[in-house]
Amino acid sequence: MSEKSQDKSNGSSAYWRANLKWVGILLSIWFIVSYGCGILFVDQLDKIRLGGFGLGFWFAQQGSIYVFVILIAIYVKVMNRLDKKYSVKKKD
Amino acid sequence: MDVQYWTYLIVGLTFALYIGIAIWAKASTTGEFYIAGKGVPALANGMATAADWMSAASFLGMAGIISFAGYDGSVYLMGWTGGYVLLALLLAPYLRKFGHFTVPDFVGDRYYSKTARVVALFCAIFISFTYVCGQMRGVGIVFSKFLDVSIFWGVIIGMAIVFFYAVLGGMKGITYTQVAQYCVLIFAFMVPAIFISIQLTGNPIPQLGFGDTAVGSEGVYLLDKLDGLSQDLGFAKYTERQGSKLDLFAITLALMVGTAGLPHVIIRFYTVKKVSAARVSAFWALLFIAILYTTAPAVAVFARTNLLETIPEKAYSEVPGWFKKWENADLIAWIDKNKDGKIQYVAGKSFEGKPDYAVTQNDAGDTIPLRGTNDERLLKNKPTEGANELFVDRDIMVLANPEIANLPNWVIALVAAGGLAAALSTAAGLLLVISTSVAHDFVKKTINPGMSDKSELIVARMAAAIAVLIAGYFGLHPPGFVAEVVAFAFGLAAASFFPAIIMGIFSKRMNREGAITGMIVGITFTTAYIIYFQFINKADSNPDHWWFGISPKGIGAVGMLLNFVVSFVVSAVTPKPPQDVVDMIENIRQPEDEDEELEVSDH
Repeated sequence: MSEKSQDKSNGSSAYWRANLKWVGILLSIWFIVSYGCGILFVDQLDKIRLGGFGLGFWFAQQGSIYVFVILIAIYVKVMNRLDKKYSVKKKD
Repeated sequence: MDVQYWTYLIVGLTFALYIGIAIWAKASTTGEFYIAGKGVPALANGMATAADWMSAASFLGMAGIISFAGYDGSVYLMGWTGGYVLLALLLAPYLRKFGHFTVPDFVGDRYYSKTARVVALFCAIFISFTYVCGQMRGVGIVFSKFLDVSIFWGVIIGMAIVFFYAVLGGMKGITYTQVAQYCVLIFAFMVPAIFISIQLTGNPIPQLGFGDTAVGSEGVYLLDKLDGLSQDLGFAKYTERQGSKLDLFAITLALMVGTAGLPHVIIRFYTVKKVSAARVSAFWALLFIAILYTTAPAVAVFARTNLLETIPEKAYSEVPGWFKKWENADLIAWIDKNKDGKIQYVAGKSFEGKPDYAVTQNDAGDTIPLRGTNDERLLKNKPTEGANELFVDRDIMVLANPEIANLPNWVIALVAAGGLAAALSTAAGLLLVISTSVAHDFVKKTINPGMSDKSELIVARMAAAIAVLIAGYFGLHPPGFVAEVVAFAFGLAAASFFPAIIMGIFSKRMNREGAITGMIVGITFTTAYIIYFQFINKADSNPDHWWFGISPKGIGAVGMLLNFVVSFVVSAVTPKPPQDVVDMIENIRQPEDEDEELEVSDH
């Protein structure tokens, strides 16, 4: 029982670390695009125009939502890849 | 065909559909009743989650709120979508791996404590009840505005429908009716939006029309035009920030984190087949939600532009038909302060309080509105000194859109069906949380662990039935503060569940003493702040008196921080969790074993 969990824990902590790394990256983007572009820097960003939108206003009312959807899509893809890699290892 | 008949027809058809699904989805085990036997495909689950999430408030109210708030309304747009990223990355897959039935289940097992479970279940019940009363009220109102049925009967009918598919089918019935309800509500929302986008900007895609040039204005962008119209009337520019950055930040954070802590949203991720499906389901859910949430601010701008172009300085005798219709429905009110027969609409309140219309009774006992010299409805309210003469209820912005755009009657009926779909789908999800909290977390786990599955199922059904009745009662006699109480629910979820669950997954050291103390501190602080400013001392509820200028709507973010800090400190000086709990956490973090059968377990 303990040998198995030893093997498991080496593969599994690599899995967990990879997971945390990706969560960190994606949540940073999440923060920047909503709180950063949409609130903290909205006045500066509004000076740039995107059609009828000030860029900050666009991020706050529309753009951040698009980014959120993309972030989850990226996470799904990344984790499916990781799951495959580390589940296969366990089968050995 | 008359609007009434179209409405009865379309609403009737959708109700028949929901009932049909309920009969098909009858639950026979607690596994099916609580989590649909874990058999829901990810896309369907995502669609159901979207409908569950988007309540009557999202469908009818949000565009209206944004319409009047302008840029500041962004807190709702970002706040009510951003939480899904948190769910997908930080919560859903782990809870699905954990595999039990409810949120208090996770809290109780992770923190190896009946006390933790009980604290969690009371939070879940309180949050869900406050939310559901608002939904039943919303059902009653849609019925009364569209179907000429009294609010009383509207709530009763709504209760009956929800009762049927929730009590019969449990989570399975609820999930598949929610899929149908999503289709109805998104169609009902998009059709008027597309038409109005074409009318105002020539662009059929509302998200793009939002940033496009206005028809008939020689290349002036719609938003610039709206900014100009607003300023001319003494309003702030639509695109200009009005609240403090810190308050907007806090509100957005409280809403995002609160979203990720709401029990009725979290349990939606227990129902999928595999852990990876939980992430995919979160993706689909946000995609489906985003369709409405990126359209709503466009609708807000279209409606506001329409209002500011059509009404100010218009003689009452010349107002469009929709104005009078919604005046009759108590959603518009006008006092001709300067007696010029024209409607002055500028910044500032027209009169104090909500419209209190002057009415009388005729011999048959019907209520007849009293009218003034212009044929406008008379009000009992005291007018303010300001020049503004008009009151417009924010809910008009979505309700009146089809008429403003001269859309056919069936579109108007569709909006009614959509509003009902939104309210009923959310109500059902909330009622299920209440029922599972009572039957599973309270009766089975805390009081009578030896109970059989059959008995638990009976208790769950009874609990659902009673919850429907109580929710209906409050729908009929709402405490005056329904909208504020929903904000309360978010703040509470942000300050209690979110930190407890996050720390439960990402920290092996977080223990029972830390978590319970943290939850209690978070809840108490948030509750005290909100009750003080919303109920006890409303007069002082403004940025000068708020802590750091943070409104009650945003204080949940501070409650959350307090929870984290207190939990951390307390756990550092109390014993660490037992090994079997640590093993459980380790197991939750690992990918699913391909051969491991994550059967519907109830240990």
